[in-house]
Amino acid sequence: MAQISTISPALQAESDAKLADAKAQTAAAARRRRFQLLSPAVLLIGIFGLFPLTITLVYSFLSPGSYGGVTWEFSTDAYVQFLFEADIFDDTLSFSTTYLSIFSRSIGLALVATIGALIIGFPTAYFIASKRPEQRNFWLFLITLPFWTNLLIRTYAVLLIIRDEGIINLGLMGIGITDKPIGILYTDFAVFMGLIYSYLPFMVLPLYASLEKLDFRLVEAAYDLYASRFQVLRHIIIPMAKPGIVAGCILVFIPGLGAYITPELLGGGKELMIGNLIALQFGGSRNWPFGSAAALILMVVVMLSLIVYVRYAGKEGSSHG
Amino acid sequence: MAQDGVAQQAGTHKNMILAEGVVKTFGQGERKVTALDNVSVTIRENEFFTLLGPSGCGKTTLLRLIAGFDLPDRGNILLDGQEIGHLPPYKRPVNTVFQNYALFPHMTVARNIGFGLEMQGRPKSEVSEAVNRMLALVQMEHLADRQTDQLSGGQQQRVALARALAPHPKVLLLDEPLSALDLKLRKEMQIELKRLQHETGITFVFVTHDQDEALTMSDRIAVMSAGNILQVGPPKEIYNNPARRFVADFIGDINILEADLAVNDTQVTLPGGARIDAILPEGGATPGHVSVAIRPENMILTTAEAPGAALRGTITNIVYFGSGHNVHVALDSGPEITVRCAQIAQDVGAKVGIILPDAVQVLVD
Repeated sequence: MAQISTISPALQAESDAKLADAKAQTAAAARRRRFQLLSPAVLLIGIFGLFPLTITLVYSFLSPGSYGGVTWEFSTDAYVQFLFEADIFDDTLSFSTTYLSIFSRSIGLALVATIGALIIGFPTAYFIASKRPEQRNFWLFLITLPFWTNLLIRTYAVLLIIRDEGIINLGLMGIGITDKPIGILYTDFAVFMGLIYSYLPFMVLPLYASLEKLDFRLVEAAYDLYASRFQVLRHIIIPMAKPGIVAGCILVFIPGLGAYITPELLGGGKELMIGNLIALQFGGSRNWPFGSAAALILMVVVMLSLIVYVRYAGKEGSSHG
Repeated sequence: MAQDGVAQQAGTHKNMILAEGVVKTFGQGERKVTALDNVSVTIRENEFFTLLGPSGCGKTTLLRLIAGFDLPDRGNILLDGQEIGHLPPYKRPVNTVFQNYALFPHMTVARNIGFGLEMQGRPKSEVSEAVNRMLALVQMEHLADRQTDQLSGGQQQRVALARALAPHPKVLLLDEPLSALDLKLRKEMQIELKRLQHETGITFVFVTHDQDEALTMSDRIAVMSAGNILQVGPPKEIYNNPARRFVADFIGDINILEADLAVNDTQVTLPGGARIDAILPEGGATPGHVSVAIRPENMILTTAEAPGAALRGTITNIVYFGSGHNVHVALDSGPEITVRCAQIAQDVGAKVGIILPDAVQVLVD
């Protein structure tokens, strides 16, 4: 102690400066290390995310080639085509809702599927979260079980079950409820069901993660303060599970919006969804610029709706998160 | 109605809670645990009643049965004359202050406090008026709009109290609410709780394992062990006249000596031959070998030759604890006892005499 007090102020300042210097160096090194850890992800997203996105952006402003591909000629036709229809005789443009209606139909279907998955997934997640910890893994295992099989194969399985000669229709006819098959396959309902089935785990898992952290003593406290079961759900459980609800809805809505396999197989491709529309442009229609434009528009729509959604959800839910 | 003698003596008091023959077990088969084994107790209106006992004695289970979080296997629980044993918690005019406070983290202090009234469907104006009154009662007006995670432990404690008191329950249950606070704050809150109980006139049922807390705040204490209530009485009675060996041992420091009690005798014979008046427990004691309890502070240390000294021995250790000393004395007749005194002139190894109180408590095992 005595020694420290005899150190001159100048010496003290110098050692302080050295200490600060050393601290800054360690911090910089730590930042570098963190960045190095990040580099594989950055590289991967750069090569397989940003690069293709740039190509898509460029293609959307080019002209279609006669046999697919693009010709290097600047054009905004792809975007114009999205909103307007050219008259076959004099090329005058008139407003057309063909593609807009495909978008709105897709958004509507994805929304309904998200809500459906939430309604089915919430009790499921709550059920798992209220099990004893050693039992939860078993139930979570069951939730993840479908991932063991490819989505295409699972969707074919659904197709086999709901088709006119499938087990549902044969069963209904067998017990005499109906004498001819009720048409489930190739309807919006089939697509809706298929979407819920495909994406339900993505709803249950984040919901479970939220509900598992829920302090059940808060539920008890609410009961104690005269809240009925419904009031407890509304005022305690749902607000506390909000981060999980937000995450689950995003994880179901976005892939649902761009879904390709499910509407293709279960919807029969009769009514297009965005995913099918885009696929068609790169395939049968051979209009790559329009396909690119549709893909970009979809991305912008998703981004905008996400921003709005997270802002809105964040306002109410983040104050305790 | 009155199952304990004290309630009969004070017959003017109305009974608020009456538990009769309550049994509660958890688990099944081999792992079956009896948390409450045929417990009966009467809690009076407007009193500060404490359930005191070590962890696992069933005190929290009894509280949870009164609150309605668990249902009894057998027995009745009456609140203000009405059977409530099988009502859900939200239908009982009883509120709880939880050990961890269980404040709603997504609500402000004011909304937490108003939650009970809001759930009861009271009009907004009444809720906000009650919230303001409660905020003033616990001196938290300036923090009404804070989130609860921005509060200190003591402040959270006050919010939890205000939240439970706001609907003006008939009984307030407190489940070790002070255990998370540091010593100084705990002492403050003990006085604060007593004040709140006095001001609101609500019956408080307080659960604790801390005997100091129980002695400081309670009007009456029930000492529990292994699913049973061993003794119920005012703090002084519990402290000075513990009827059971467990009660004597659990509360405060005490010396338990073996003694002999002759048939129809009012005195016991201590080891070494000293005779002293005996206070017999309610219901009497079986003559023969008995245990007697003497508090360290009820004895006086003197010289070995002093004529009034009933016991004699040698000092083996002196422990200083601030306001006094605990002097360990190995009696000539065998056992070692502790005597408390403010000043001590003798040193370890000195021969001393011990003056006993006028009477000693005889214990039942």
